[in-house]
Amino acid sequence: MLLALTGGALIGLSASLYWSLNGRIAGISGIVGGALFERGQERWRRVSFLVGLVVAGLVFARFTNRVPAPDLPLLALAGAGLLVGYGTRVSGGCTSGHGVCGLSRLSLRSLVAVLTFMITAAVTVFVVRHVLQLGVPT
Amino acid sequence: MKALLTALACGVLFGVGLCVSGMTDPRNIIAFLDVSGSWSPNLAGVMLGAIAVHFTWLRWLTRRDGAASDAALPANGRQIDRALLGGAILFGIGWGVSGYCPGPAIVALASGALGPLVFVIAMAAGMVLNEAVQWMIKRSGKPSLVVR
Repeated sequence: MLLALTGGALIGLSASLYWSLNGRIAGISGIVGGALFERGQERWRRVSFLVGLVVAGLVFARFTNRVPAPDLPLLALAGAGLLVGYGTRVSGGCTSGHGVCGLSRLSLRSLVAVLTFMITAAVTVFVVRHVLQLGVPT
Repeated sequence: MKALLTALACGVLFGVGLCVSGMTDPRNIIAFLDVSGSWSPNLAGVMLGAIAVHFTWLRWLTRRDGAASDAALPANGRQIDRALLGGAILFGIGWGVSGYCPGPAIVALASGALGPLVFVIAMAAGMVLNEAVQWMIKRSGKPSLVVR
C-alpha cells in the first residue's frame, strides 16, 4: 500500500508539473489523441511525453527485472484496445484525465465518468472471470 | 525545445509512478476490479496519492495567483451527457477485459512483449475510428447525431 501511495504521489507530481510547465492536463488518452491528431510542435510535445512513459518502463525493467505481460489472447487485447481508444475519445478522458486530474479539480463530470467506468469495469471483470471463467484467476 | 524537455520529464515521472505502484501489471488492476475475488485496494491507494498531491498543488496555485488563476477550474464546461456516459462504459469494458488503461499500456511497451503493442495499436485505431465517425457525422449535417 505504501508503494501504491508513493507511486500515486509521483503521478500527482507529474500532473502538477505538466500543468504548471506545459499548461496541459496530464490525461494520457488526451495526450495520445494529441500525438495522433495535432500538428507540428503541439504533436511533438505529446509524443515527447509518451516517449517519457516508455523510457520509465525501460529504466524500471532494467533495475527490477520485472516485465509483467497480460495473460490474454491477442485478439481479446486488440478488442479491448479498440474499446479503450474509442471510448476515451467519446467521454474525453481516462483514468488519468478524468480520474487524477478531473477529481483533483472537483469536476462533477469527471466524478460521473470515473464512477461509470469503474462500475462497468468491475462488472466486466466479474462476467469475464467468474461467469465465463476466462483468463487466469488473480 | 523547453516544452519538449519538460513534457519528456513529466512523462518519465508519470511512468515511474505507474511502475513503482505496480499499475503496469494488469493483474493488479484486475485484482482491484474483482470485488468478488481476492480484492486488492492498491489502485485506490494510487488514485488517493495522486489526487492528494495534485489537488494540493492546484489549491496552492489558486491561492498564489488569486483571480488570475485558472488552476481550480474544471477542465471544460461540457455537460454530463450521453457521450460522457457511453464513452466511459466502452472504456470500462475494455479496461475490465484487459486490465490496461492508456498510461500503463504505453509504459508496458517497454517490456517488448507483443500484448501491450497489440493493445496500443488497437487503441490508436479506436481513436482514429472515432475521428472518422465524428467527421462523417459532421459531413452528414445532422447535428442531432453529434455525440460530442
